[in-house]
Amino acid sequence: MSLWPQSFVLSCSVPLFGAVVSVSLAIGGEIPLSDRMSGYDFMSRGTQAMQDDDSANPGMLWVLDGEALWNAADGATSKSCADCHGDARLSMKGVAARYPAIDRAGSRPVDIAARVNICRAQQQKANPLPLEGRKLLAISSYIGLQSSGMPISVAIDEGTRPFLQNGREMFLQRQGQLNLSCAQCHDDNWGQKLSGAPIPQGHPTGYPLYRLEWQSLGSLQRRLRNCLIGMRAESYPYGAQEYVVLELYLMWRARGMKMESPAVRP
Amino acid sequence: MTVPTRRQILISAVALIGGTGMSSLLAIKPTWATPAMMRAAIRKVIGEAPLRKGKVRLDLPPLIENGNAVPMTVSVDSPMTEADYVKAIHVFNEKNPQPNVLSIRLGPRAGKAAISSRIRLADSQTVTAIAEMSDGSFWSDEADVVVTLAACVEGI
Amino acid sequence: MARALINVPASAKRGEVIEIKTLISHPMEPGYRPNSTGEILPRDTINLFVCTYNGEEIFRAELSPAIAANSFIAFSTVATASGKLEFKWTGDNGFSATESVAITVE
Repeated sequence: MSLWPQSFVLSCSVPLFGAVVSVSLAIGGEIPLSDRMSGYDFMSRGTQAMQDDDSANPGMLWVLDGEALWNAADGATSKSCADCHGDARLSMKGVAARYPAIDRAGSRPVDIAARVNICRAQQQKANPLPLEGRKLLAISSYIGLQSSGMPISVAIDEGTRPFLQNGREMFLQRQGQLNLSCAQCHDDNWGQKLSGAPIPQGHPTGYPLYRLEWQSLGSLQRRLRNCLIGMRAESYPYGAQEYVVLELYLMWRARGMKMESPAVRP
Repeated sequence: MTVPTRRQILISAVALIGGTGMSSLLAIKPTWATPAMMRAAIRKVIGEAPLRKGKVRLDLPPLIENGNAVPMTVSVDSPMTEADYVKAIHVFNEKNPQPNVLSIRLGPRAGKAAISSRIRLADSQTVTAIAEMSDGSFWSDEADVVVTLAACVEGI
Repeated sequence: MARALINVPASAKRGEVIEIKTLISHPMEPGYRPNSTGEILPRDTINLFVCTYNGEEIFRAELSPAIAANSFIAFSTVATASGKLEFKWTGDNGFSATESVAITVE
């Protein structure tokens, strides 16, 4: 994981394009902040309506499950999430909007799902929930809902900056049999069509979300795997640090945009 | 023995291929619904009664992003009184594996003859909605839809 | 585990037409899809959805595999009296789910 010297980034960002908004970390090809659009804006009105109506949004079925799990005792301690965190509507407000975050005990960023499992192991003395399983998705979506409408705001400091740089490198790196980078579709060609479908900008504003293609709620990691498979690249296993680092970059790239979890996407 | 017709040759070729287990490689599709099957399914429901266009409104997006869940609304112009109401609404398709979609029983207690659901459409096609009125008449509406797929899908 | 999400107004005026939205957790496996080894996954769908209002049937829907997973059905009814709306879904493999919601009618 290389560390780009601050001065090098500063000096190369200015001549590359006119609208340099974030001087310290901007690089050519990035979508100007004011041009950013959520995947919601690329959907048909029918699918948007599905997301907007809590009685029609299939993701809400997972949120209901998540609420029940939040209040259910588990582990050797027979504690529920609520026993420590109380009402999620208060204690989890804004939390998903600032993840991935550095886990206080460790030094690497973790996503919400990993954080839940850390809590389960340390506080509830419970087994970790299977990654991408229904229960973990349910709790993640319940936590995600508590940030609905709030601006994405991941902390960028000495702790996270190296991971952010790493995540950006991943985003710009060509890979797979098609030799494509994320940036080539989602920075350079968003709004154009791929197999008849519009290419969105790739902001993780709504995760975990109900993807019509999956007929199920799934995490950002599942969607990233779809992308990697689509590019004919090797996909990492669920829980891989690569996904968390990439998510950190994507959340920083989407900073200020509103959380929509649980979203609906085609 | 007569010279085998082209049709007979093709049928025996398919049988041979099927017998050697290569059918999956050639991706021979199972028999799916056709517009004729849809018409037959409609006839089963309405019998010999004439099917008139009107009174029914079938709302489907003309361009569908993912055929797995397509929002659909069917509404029928009817006072929904004891004397004049919609008894049933039936929806059919012509290219899914089978022609039926949804069959609804209503009555004057509905207040409004309008239902919404989400349906699956396997291909670009025509979808038909039929309303059965209390006086025994049948009315219909059709919608032509184009079904696309989301890009970057999972492998099977 | 939550099976269904029902949206009914908690109260209504007598004679008012109210909208009812129902969402149920179910894979609606159509019976035509192959799994990763090429075997066709067997059909597992909801076949019937019935709603009763104080015991009287007000809505009935026969679902086919062409209804999307996590089935959504919205319909309306006239608010006649206070009481209970009951919803029942039945399907393949002995699937059965019921929910009920109270309604107050002034």
